[in-house]
Amino acid sequence: MVIISGSAEKTSKKTWQEKYKKARERKEKFETSSGLNPEPLYTPEDNTGFNHDEKLGFPGEFPYTRGVRTNMYRGRLWTMRQFSGLATAGETNKRYHFLLERGQTGISVAFDLPTLMGYDSDDSHSLGEVGKCGVAIDTLKDMETLFDRIPLEKISTSMTINGPASILFAMYIAVGEKHGVSSRKLQGTIQNDILKEYIAQKSWIFPVEPSMRIITDIMEFCSKEVPKWNTISISGYHIREAGSTALQELAFTLADGMAYVEAGMKAGMDVDVFAPRLSFFFDSHNNFFEEIAKFRAARRIWAKKMKNAYGAKKPESLLMRFHTQTAGCTLTAQQPENNIVRVAFQALSAVLGGTQSLHTNSMDETLALPTEKAVQIALRTQQVIASETGVSDTIDPLGGSYYIEYLTGWFEEECEKYFKQIEKQGGVIEAIKKGFFQREIAKSAYSHQKAVEKKEQIIVGLNDYTEGDSLEIPLLRIDPEFEAQQVKELKSLKESRDNMKVKETLENIKNAASSKENLMPVILEAVKAYASLGEIARALKDVFGVYREPIIF
Amino acid sequence: MERKISKLVLRKDTPQKNCGVFNRKIKVLVAKPGLDGHDRGAKVVARALRDAGMEIIYTGLHQTPEMIAEAAIQEDVDVVALSILSGAHMTIFPKVQALLKEKGAGHILISGGGIIPKEDMEELEKKGIGKLFGPGTSTEEIITYLKSNVNLQERV
Repeated sequence: MVIISGSAEKTSKKTWQEKYKKARERKEKFETSSGLNPEPLYTPEDNTGFNHDEKLGFPGEFPYTRGVRTNMYRGRLWTMRQFSGLATAGETNKRYHFLLERGQTGISVAFDLPTLMGYDSDDSHSLGEVGKCGVAIDTLKDMETLFDRIPLEKISTSMTINGPASILFAMYIAVGEKHGVSSRKLQGTIQNDILKEYIAQKSWIFPVEPSMRIITDIMEFCSKEVPKWNTISISGYHIREAGSTALQELAFTLADGMAYVEAGMKAGMDVDVFAPRLSFFFDSHNNFFEEIAKFRAARRIWAKKMKNAYGAKKPESLLMRFHTQTAGCTLTAQQPENNIVRVAFQALSAVLGGTQSLHTNSMDETLALPTEKAVQIALRTQQVIASETGVSDTIDPLGGSYYIEYLTGWFEEECEKYFKQIEKQGGVIEAIKKGFFQREIAKSAYSHQKAVEKKEQIIVGLNDYTEGDSLEIPLLRIDPEFEAQQVKELKSLKESRDNMKVKETLENIKNAASSKENLMPVILEAVKAYASLGEIARALKDVFGVYREPIIF
Repeated sequence: MERKISKLVLRKDTPQKNCGVFNRKIKVLVAKPGLDGHDRGAKVVARALRDAGMEIIYTGLHQTPEMIAEAAIQEDVDVVALSILSGAHMTIFPKVQALLKEKGAGHILISGGGIIPKEDMEELEKKGIGKLFGPGTSTEEIITYLKSNVNLQERV
């Protein structure tokens, strides 16, 4: 617990600092990813005016700095959720069963690029990309295979899908129906965070405004039909991976979150109806304490904003639940086994930061999709943290650390500065159009690269402690034959389905898109008729158009 | 083709006229083919090459091989640098190469990088693609490679 300083301590820190000035430091500059130069020592003086009840409170209570549940991991551990998808729905389904049998507790679907961009496997844009970085889903038939023998009433599923989220989500609901599971029982998350696509990840389809409308349609539909579903996973992960600092990741993600809240309210929904289903997704990077403080600050800022700026009343609207993934961009192709160690520390940060679910990267992910062995080690890393280290036995064990509390407060203050900058530009959407976020991220990515090349930032095995030829590890290869097979199957499905029905449902989608009607029911109807992802996306493009990016580097 | 190529030309200072062999800058088209949106590497490399005095044209995302070849010829570049992190490299590199050859621009050096396994890099090099760079490469290495492999004199 932080002790408020008295004058006696003040003098002693000063005296100590005098002594410290004469001592030597091993390097010229100490710096966090966000540009903070941490002091050599933090004391109560660095947290003057610190009010325990206001800044921390108790776990499960406002402002949720210490965690979103009263019992945190003493009740239930975080969900261990490895993101995976490889080529065919059948192969991916096998990988899911492999992971579930080994103690994974949730599924996370990685789609291939054509699916992420709303193209069918037989589209000319998909050439060479089918099944390469995830599973290819063209129609409900693929989705049925993907979730074969997976108990959807028990397992929660996270789907990393944004532009065409409404379509894949509709397919999931339809699979549920086929399994006899009502949509009211389905649990999971669609990423559905289009703002960060424009900012960082760049898998978009439609322009910003219609994309926001699709999102509010999903939020409204879920509040009635799929109440346990997380409608958006507001993601900092991709912002960070694109090169941002921890501070930018936090500030931009929270700003996106607020933009969704404002869009929902503008669409006429009560904030307490949709806000409880918003969830977040962060990166866990190398700077151990910075990351922990980032997670804690995230919860506190969100709770305060929801309460004070948006007038949310339900506790579920105020508390920020989030998923974490360790930082893919920190993995090195050189001495890849070192990545196991990096991932373990990053995972520990996430747990100490109070995450609700966690993906640990596999050591080979900078080279290819992970092999079974690599993904098993990654999962075991989480299990070691959970079962052997004891860190999950006490809630927010770093709470009250002078440094952690200082850093948490620092993030809060610095985020406010970014919020003001964004507001000045007319809000998130305007700032995207002006390229503000894109420019900020590109700048940070470049200065990081320069720091690495100048060896101001040491990366073990890359610019220090290097070895000649890198160790070769076995890699997973996607069979190039797969693409042709997937295209063939899609063609034969398109011949055997009721094409009159498909045409009719696609017309209904266009009509709904041109009006204010909620899009989800008509999309659901289309996927059930086996209309393909690409066909549905095209119907929507016909009405909404496509997004064009300002080119910035 | 769904859309026209849009591009951004960045020069560190005022462009020099082609007045002499030694004054001309190396001209590089940095391109992101395919559906892959991971543009961190492409952007970092583009900036680094620019800071090293080269003239850079960045295509932006989601370019087809046809769009890339077209832009390379129109801009009369020395190098086409492709960034691919999606696994589609075995399809896209040869396709761009074939298109350039077809249009009589076989002299353009094709290089690039991304998540590309070593065996694939070797196979592509055998097909006449230039050096490809993986994760962790220093921009210095890329600059040195381009400077020593682009022959400016040939093309004046």
